[in-house]
Amino acid sequence: MPKIVVDGISYEVDAGNNLLEALLNLKRDLPYFCWHPSMGSIGACRQCAVIQYRDEDDDTGRIVMACMTPVSEGTIFSTDTDSAKEFRRDVIENMMINHPHDCPVCEEGGECHLQDMTVMTGHRNRTYSGPKNTFRNQYLGPFIDHEMNRCITCYRCVRYYSDYAGGVDLAAFASRNNTYFGRHQDGILESEFAGNLVEVCPTGVFTDKTLSEHYTRKWDLQSAPSICVGCGAGCNTSASERYGQLRRIHNRFNDQVNGYFLCDRGRFGAGFVNNEDRIPQAGIRDSEGKYDRVSAEEALSHVADQLANSSGKVVGIGSPRASLESNYLLKQIVGEGNFYSGVSSKEQELTNCIIDIMRDGSVKTPSLAEVEEADAVLVLGQDLTNTAPRLALAVRQSVRNRSKELAVQAQIPLWQDAAVRELAQDELSPLVLLTSYADRLEDVASLSCHASATDIARIGFAVANRLNDRFTAVDGLSETDQKTVEEVVEILKAADRPLIVSGTGSQSKSVIEAAANIAWALQADNEQTAIMLCVPECNSLGVGLLERENSNTLTDLLDSTDTISTAIVLENDLFRRASTQQITAFAAKLEQLVVIDSLDNATVSLSDVVLPAATFAETEGTLVNNEGRAQRSFAVFEGAGDIQGSWQWLTNLGKALSREGFAALERIDSVTAECERSNDLLSGITKVAPTADYRVEGMKIARMTHRASGRTAMRANINVHEPKQPVDQESALAYTMEGISGPRAPLSAYVWSPGWNSNQAVHKFQTETGGPLSHVNPGIRLIEPAGNGSPQERYREVPQPRAAGAGSLALIPRYHIFGSDEMSARSKAIAELAPSSYLAIAPETAQRLSVVSKDGVEFTIGNRTLQLEVVVDSSVDDGCALFPAGLADTLDLMHQAQVSLQKAAGWTPRTTTQDKLIAKE
Amino acid sequence: METPLTNNIGPDKPFPDLAVYEQNGGYQTVRDTIGKRSPTDVQEAVSESRLRGRGGAGVSTGMKWGFVPMDNASPGHKYLVANADEMEPGAFKDRVLMEFDPHQLIEGMILSAYAIQADIGYIFIRSDYYLATARLKAAIAESRDKGYLGERILGTDYSFELHVHVSAGRYICGEETALLNSLEGKRANPRTKPPFPPISGLWGRPTIVNNVETLCCVPHIVQNGADWFRSLGRAEDAGTKLFGASGRVKNPGCWELPMGTPIREILEGSAGGMQDGYGLRGFLPGGGSTGFLTDEHLDLPMDYDAIMQVKSRLGTGTMIILDDRTCPIGMVENLVNFFARESCGFCTPCRDGLPWIEEILHKLETGQAEPEDMNILAQQAGFIDWWGSDSSSNGNTHCPLAPGAIEPLESARKYFADDFERHIRDKKCSYR
Repeated sequence: MPKIVVDGISYEVDAGNNLLEALLNLKRDLPYFCWHPSMGSIGACRQCAVIQYRDEDDDTGRIVMACMTPVSEGTIFSTDTDSAKEFRRDVIENMMINHPHDCPVCEEGGECHLQDMTVMTGHRNRTYSGPKNTFRNQYLGPFIDHEMNRCITCYRCVRYYSDYAGGVDLAAFASRNNTYFGRHQDGILESEFAGNLVEVCPTGVFTDKTLSEHYTRKWDLQSAPSICVGCGAGCNTSASERYGQLRRIHNRFNDQVNGYFLCDRGRFGAGFVNNEDRIPQAGIRDSEGKYDRVSAEEALSHVADQLANSSGKVVGIGSPRASLESNYLLKQIVGEGNFYSGVSSKEQELTNCIIDIMRDGSVKTPSLAEVEEADAVLVLGQDLTNTAPRLALAVRQSVRNRSKELAVQAQIPLWQDAAVRELAQDELSPLVLLTSYADRLEDVASLSCHASATDIARIGFAVANRLNDRFTAVDGLSETDQKTVEEVVEILKAADRPLIVSGTGSQSKSVIEAAANIAWALQADNEQTAIMLCVPECNSLGVGLLERENSNTLTDLLDSTDTISTAIVLENDLFRRASTQQITAFAAKLEQLVVIDSLDNATVSLSDVVLPAATFAETEGTLVNNEGRAQRSFAVFEGAGDIQGSWQWLTNLGKALSREGFAALERIDSVTAECERSNDLLSGITKVAPTADYRVEGMKIARMTHRASGRTAMRANINVHEPKQPVDQESALAYTMEGISGPRAPLSAYVWSPGWNSNQAVHKFQTETGGPLSHVNPGIRLIEPAGNGSPQERYREVPQPRAAGAGSLALIPRYHIFGSDEMSARSKAIAELAPSSYLAIAPETAQRLSVVSKDGVEFTIGNRTLQLEVVVDSSVDDGCALFPAGLADTLDLMHQAQVSLQKAAGWTPRTTTQDKLIAKE
Repeated sequence: METPLTNNIGPDKPFPDLAVYEQNGGYQTVRDTIGKRSPTDVQEAVSESRLRGRGGAGVSTGMKWGFVPMDNASPGHKYLVANADEMEPGAFKDRVLMEFDPHQLIEGMILSAYAIQADIGYIFIRSDYYLATARLKAAIAESRDKGYLGERILGTDYSFELHVHVSAGRYICGEETALLNSLEGKRANPRTKPPFPPISGLWGRPTIVNNVETLCCVPHIVQNGADWFRSLGRAEDAGTKLFGASGRVKNPGCWELPMGTPIREILEGSAGGMQDGYGLRGFLPGGGSTGFLTDEHLDLPMDYDAIMQVKSRLGTGTMIILDDRTCPIGMVENLVNFFARESCGFCTPCRDGLPWIEEILHKLETGQAEPEDMNILAQQAGFIDWWGSDSSSNGNTHCPLAPGAIEPLESARKYFADDFERHIRDKKCSYR
């Protein structure tokens, strides 16, 4: 560790760092703009200037940029000398020449890095008297507002958007003090990660449009640590509320999971919390089929009566979008044998297979941070961008490892971002995509091949066999596929840290098995091999673990011949799990259908009793992500009216039924503890977060900043007396601003430190910039591979090639980041970008059917005849048909393998544009 | 007096197409060198000649070449780029060399590329130089047909391909790393240094960027030896140089003279002195981004270090003359206007600092300036270049554009302080 001297004080710092990082790691303040811990240095803003001295005798020194200066033994710096301070003040003063004085009406105000830095440098009075530059702002879509006049030209936005996230439609235009950051013309930003601009921009150029619709200052927001429910990646978020509405989602740093960035589904997809279809109150259907609004007590005693006097079986249907605790409690109420996992047998089989591989295999599942370290990635049958977006962003970083290797050889420090990129140019670490359709990682893929799930699996099995002949061989591969196999084998063999990625996306167990075979075959020669398997929902893996010993699935229930009188459905729209026909028939046989859910949906509308459940924002619970990492989500605010967490409804139901032990399950901590005790696989979930009795310096942790203003004013038009604030008995967090905040407060959902009001304050909470948070548990991994490292050959069933069906097409789901996910699709901004339903077919298929794009096609599923609009897409294989996953009118296609099409007569084309966000050739 | 660079150039001389160029001894050095002398040999000759870059910075050419990795450890392309993006206000010397003797540049590039074992070359040329562009393209075609360029030059193992790339027209592209970004089709922002282009240049490969005039010196050095080249200079620096003069002199133009020729000889001799009725107020010795000198400096030799010592720069060696009937502030405003417009917009002092200076100069010229504005000028100048013009280690800005841009201003504040005061006092420009 080199020793450096800063302002006469000697420090030992990490070798290889630049001075700015070194100083921030020492928790010293130095203003900066263009440097970003994830993006390194470029030296554009000149804000972090310090004086470097040649030696001890040099008393003038020279100005250097801390972010561009490596720390080396014996270097001498000053941050406090007048010339350095004057220069830094000049930087702000010059940036301010064109910056509008619109802080009072700017969305960034109060959490603006530019404000903080201005105060830090001491620039106060404006001397420039000339005119200011003004710019035209652009429409950038439903997520982001653009206000270019505020720009200070730090280049962070384009560096993030283009260099980091791979976007192509945001750039720096023009030059001098007229430099413009935007699109070539107005339009929706194409990148699925555009929302991070809101946090990357150090001032108010890019702001959250969904927040602006009903704007609230940071200090008036009430925030809690949350886990995104948009997919299985489990990104950490900070969810914020005011006036009983969820106002925004911000990134919550977790060095192992999402780092500094979220996807746009995660950031803008939580609007469903405020959806007008929220179920406000408990309801019981009367004899005329209408709901009567009833109190929570009435509803509970009604359900308890029904259960007690039930003539047949009472079953519970769990859900992969509900917490471990809620699923556990439902299981306790209905009894082990009567609990059904809430997913189809197919999905359960896939999830179980994934858990088998993660648990009993020999290959480690990496965290997202570790994914970024991989130097060769093979993706099998999973559209990462649209099913686990944050993972796609991590994979995109992994391809840069080649350039990092080159930089190390050329002795260029890795934080010299521009220099590393210029050196490496287009040199990328290999990424192979074996997927069913072109996805958004194609631009950085070294090899991509589109095939049906069966063919992907066959290629995968063959790759494993070529890596290690103990694995089952594949007969009859085509010459092209054989060539692909050889190329993939070469790439994987050459890698030091190969990563295999797959998941449930192609709905094929064989694909997952093939991925495991490859990983195991590689592991024999390379212990650094990793495998990442994606599950569809925020708690798919958690419920999979909970239900590992119990194989009851929704399909089993639907097929069951038992007499079932009552079913309790936990946060689950069953129409998304099985065909309309099956669910309707099942519900018709029931005496009572009890649904606990937050939003009205098709299942709710069949129910006899509905209990209004809290969303993630109003309750707490434990979720397990793709990686097997258990994480705790906390309530941001109390649900309105009778809304309560599903786990609370179930605890109360247990109590109403006088079930033994339920009285002791009043608090979430005890439920979590019981849940952990019930299942060895869940060992550790109680350690994921501090319990409710946790205190810091004797205090709870505040959900609002200590600067929260206007709590009294909020109700002043009604009464100047402030009502008692709600008391949170479930966590160590306190509602509103009473309690501790700032870097001493773990669990704090917002970052703040004296002088650092923006999200840039996060470095004060980290052990080092970009490193782990000082006191916060990043979650606990529940699954580690138990295998002894020798190659296994568990999977031997190579699928047979699909027979070329006469006229029938293989149905393949195409996922959409905006639209395919149930809950986020009910957020206004996301819905705006969701596609309408369609069927995408190859040009050859279209010719046979004599259809063109915008024609309709007709087909039958079960006894239903469906019509969909055609999209002719040359990236689709002949013999396949892609449909958008998860849309209301395509749900039934999910349960269908093949389909026979014919042209629909008299189809009127829709006017909406299709599929804006899929890469075109 | 020997004038190797302009031997083929003159009103009475035929245009040196390939036949004429060869008759005059052209390409003989290529024949004598490629495959016959070692690349190191050529590098040593250039090093020993003490040739310094003619683009303005005066870096030793031999030293620059010495940073190019010559082992076979990193196989792949190496590039040689001729910086022909001559946009410095007042400079037109490279234009003369390219328009009137294109083969000399090509020969210089073949030899220089051979010395560093580059296999691909580019001439990055200012878009306004369409005549030079056409003549270079024709000359390259002639040269390639004759086997001086392309695969296996003159039957040897050495190959070198040369392309002309016409710049889209930004002053910043004259900065060598901005030039490389532009050549790659990227935004012409200068790059971070280190790494320097000889290590990581065009498309991340070792690259040498040399000025046109520098490259034109190379054939003569290789042919006649380092001793001969050094002996050409009259003072410290070696060789001859194209000097120029513009402004109200009797005979503005461009002349090849020995390095170290006293300024007075150029101004009063070659340029014929001031026009009748005009007196000399000052001059920028090396183009628009060099500081003013005045009549007290007329006997200085035009050498890199000699001019540096009086806080100006030899730059491109093309002088801009300020006469006594032109407003020095107006001249500086015009220059700052150019540089502020040509800023790439990357770093704050240049992007926002220069327009502010421009604003104040405009106020001075239009009689709106207040005494405090002089403080702002001083503050802004210090912000852009804390060290004053004698520093080679400026760290305030990302590249030398802005520090160069304020050299005329800083020297004008020193030599023409009374003009500034008068503008503020009289609330007008007295030259109008």
